Amino acid sequence: MHVHNYEKLWLGASLLLIVGFISTIVYGAAGAGVTMVNDEGGHVNPNNLGNTSGFDDPGVTKIGPSEYEVHVAALRFAFQPGTIEVPANSTVTFYVTSRDVIHGFQIVGTNANTMVIPGEVSKITVNFDEPGEYGIVCHEYCGAGHHSMAAELLVKEPSNFTMQTDTQTPTSGNGPTNATATPTGGESA
Amino acid sequence: MSTPGETAGETVESAREMLPDNSFLIQYPHVSRVVRSLFLTAFVAFGIGAFMGVLQALHRTGIARIVASSDYYTLLTLHGVLLVIVFTIFFLAGVFTWANTRSLDRPPVSKRFTWFWVVTMSVGSAMAGIAILAGLIPSIGMSADVLFTFYAPLQAHPLFYIGLAVFIIGTWLAGIDWFRQYLAWRGENTGERIPLQSFMVLTTMLMWFIATMGVAVEVVVFLIPWSLGIVPAPNPLLTRTLFWFFGHPVVYFWLMPAYLLWYTVLPKIAGGRLFSDPLARVVFVLFLLLSTPVGIHHQYVDPGIAEGFKFIAMTNTMFLLLPSLLTAFTVVASIEHGARQRGGTGYFGWLKALPWRDPAFTGMTLAGLMFAAGGFSGMINAGMNINYLVHNTIWVPGHFHLTVGTAVALTFMAASYWLVPRITGRELYSRPIGLFQVVLWFVGMVFMSAAMHRGGLAGIPRRTAEPQYPQVTFETVAGSVGSLRLQLAFGGVLLFVSALLFLVNVGLTAMNNEPARGLDSALPPALSGPEQSPTVLDNLKLWALIAVVLVILAYSLPLYSIVQGAGLYPPGQEATPAVLAPLLEVIA
Ligand code: HEM
Ligand SMILES: [Cu+2]
Ligand SMILES: [Cu+2]
Repeated sequence: MHVHNYEKLWLGASLLLIVGFISTIVYGAAGAGVTMVNDEGGHVNPNNLGNTSGFDDPGVTKIGPSEYEVHVAALRFAFQPGTIEVPANSTVTFYVTSRDVIHGFQIVGTNANTMVIPGEVSKITVNFDEPGEYGIVCHEYCGAGHHSMAAELLVKEPSNFTMQTDTQTPTSGNGPTNATATPTGGESA
Repeated sequence: MSTPGETAGETVESAREMLPDNSFLIQYPHVSRVVRSLFLTAFVAFGIGAFMGVLQALHRTGIARIVASSDYYTLLTLHGVLLVIVFTIFFLAGVFTWANTRSLDRPPVSKRFTWFWVVTMSVGSAMAGIAILAGLIPSIGMSADVLFTFYAPLQAHPLFYIGLAVFIIGTWLAGIDWFRQYLAWRGENTGERIPLQSFMVLTTMLMWFIATMGVAVEVVVFLIPWSLGIVPAPNPLLTRTLFWFFGHPVVYFWLMPAYLLWYTVLPKIAGGRLFSDPLARVVFVLFLLLSTPVGIHHQYVDPGIAEGFKFIAMTNTMFLLLPSLLTAFTVVASIEHGARQRGGTGYFGWLKALPWRDPAFTGMTLAGLMFAAGGFSGMINAGMNINYLVHNTIWVPGHFHLTVGTAVALTFMAASYWLVPRITGRELYSRPIGLFQVVLWFVGMVFMSAAMHRGGLAGIPRRTAEPQYPQVTFETVAGSVGSLRLQLAFGGVLLFVSALLFLVNVGLTAMNNEPARGLDSALPPALSGPEQSPTVLDNLKLWALIAVVLVILAYSLPLYSIVQGAGLYPPGQEATPAVLAPLLEVIA
């Protein structure tokens, strides 16, 4: 088959580009330690979250000196809890699932971003080095009130942080808030 | 288009008498009629879809909210379905019917069969459209506010799913029609190479048959019985994965007809010939092989899918860049050849010799240019880790308005200026309006898409009626969120004006009594012809088989583990015969 010289050059350059892309991402995944949402979160029965450990009382749990777990349940049209508080200089693992339809969970200004699918648990780990206030939005259409579905994440100065042990009541995404959050470039894994 | 039927008015007849005997319309009056009716449906869908688009652009940005925000999603469903299902697929069916007939030089085998699939596709679209529109009138009790991705367990009325199924069956019948046409040609032309345009139609349809298996299983096995209350809600991750099995290759289903036009029509309009026929075949074979085993790249941030599967999809996706990069080369080389034929000289000087005043040429070239930009933002999406930043933000619509919304849609509009005269026998109403229109689309898209990309980097979500939240501040890299909103809305308005100008220009063309000129010149053969390439390229069975094997390799393990995970029908969901309940009561 006759292939023009310029075509051969172009073909070679294209292949190089593609292999280059793949290697950057391999490096990103293996070298720089970027973790992906995967199947580690396990499965739950979306109609029985009340009896599922963690999701029976969504919120923050301390599991180590500077390690926290946050269980979040998404439902039309709110996140439970509606306000999440963690201290700075901590590693926070989010477990997110849905009570009803497919939702999204994105901590705006970071790359903590996952789909929320009923029956599946999304597990994402984020490091928060600096105090700051972040918005959390549902980024997958979930019904007529989708645009009101949001929550907030407050990363506190460790000295100001106290674990809230009482059960947090779900706040509607429309709920009053005084936050004009300015993401302060908190690092995320 | 005046009417889909043959208008036997006096003026038409006399205009037709002036057409050359070898023009498409004179040789294939019936096929021309089929193409006209397909285009008519496509253009109606385009007009309504574009109107929804400008409403969304104004609504999201808070500039004008003429519907309630809860109805925004009905409009958005309509926008998605009408533009990427009805407009694109009806138009490409017209292009394929024309291209297959022209290049095989014989009509489809049976007129009745051809009309049968046209009607099937139309009925399916109408059913889905009615189900969506009914959502605006609550008293009807029917709705399909599920967007064009219809992720379960959000539920639409059964009519929506049944309409989709009927539509897809219609496209299968269309594919069968084009294959029968080819086999009939083969019977008379043993040992010859498949003509290039027909080759492109056939490989694209093979890809489509494979790709639609996913959505057919999703809709027929799960969603229709579920919406009728016969089975419980299916595993949402499973139906979502089946959707994306189809959802990525459908992108190439929109793109392949644009490529067909770039490879076979654009060089001619530029005054030259296609650079290489063998390379064009290689490109289409690569698309057949690689389009489907990549759908999981839409699910990089889905839980329940192991990282390894995502990684395989990503690698395949990157290789899928290859045929598009090859296309960029061939198309530019062919245009340059055309320019030099027209007397162009110099390193870049040849650019001046191109027919820039021809809306068909300028439109397709601008579309190709935007595709390069879209390809770039697409590579960013395809990177697994970078995807985390932009997944489901308005960046994503910013990306695909460059690809399907411009590379495809603008190519279709530009090609219409060339093709509509060929299937109506009427001269294009106005070239200046056409030229202005395609440039306006380009400019409008620069504004809208750039604003979307930047908004996405700030984290603004897509598919959202009011992306303004008390809890959230979006930080842009440069410029304020307010200025991004203005740019998005401004671009959307320009696009809508451009869409209207297009429809008016084509409508007036269909009523123009001036006979079309220049119909007697045929599409020229390629500089390096098919005889230069190995005949194995034309072995469609072999490529189809390899494509199926690749799909099985890419999908069997992920699907197995998804079903192992939450089951086919996760616990806790009862079948509730919502729609059938009244009927069952009557029977009982
Ligand atoms: C008048 C021209 C157009 C305008 C003003 C426009 C505007 C928009 C806007 C603002 C959105 C984002 C809505 C949101 O996420 O909240 C959108 C979504 C979309 N547009 Fe367009 N658009 C136009 C033309 C097109 C064309 C020609 C196509 C394809 C052929 C297209 C395909 C889509 C699709 C598939 C979506 C996503 C729908 C979804 O998320 O479910 N649009 N459009
Ligand atoms: Cu939502
Ligand atoms: Cu894709």
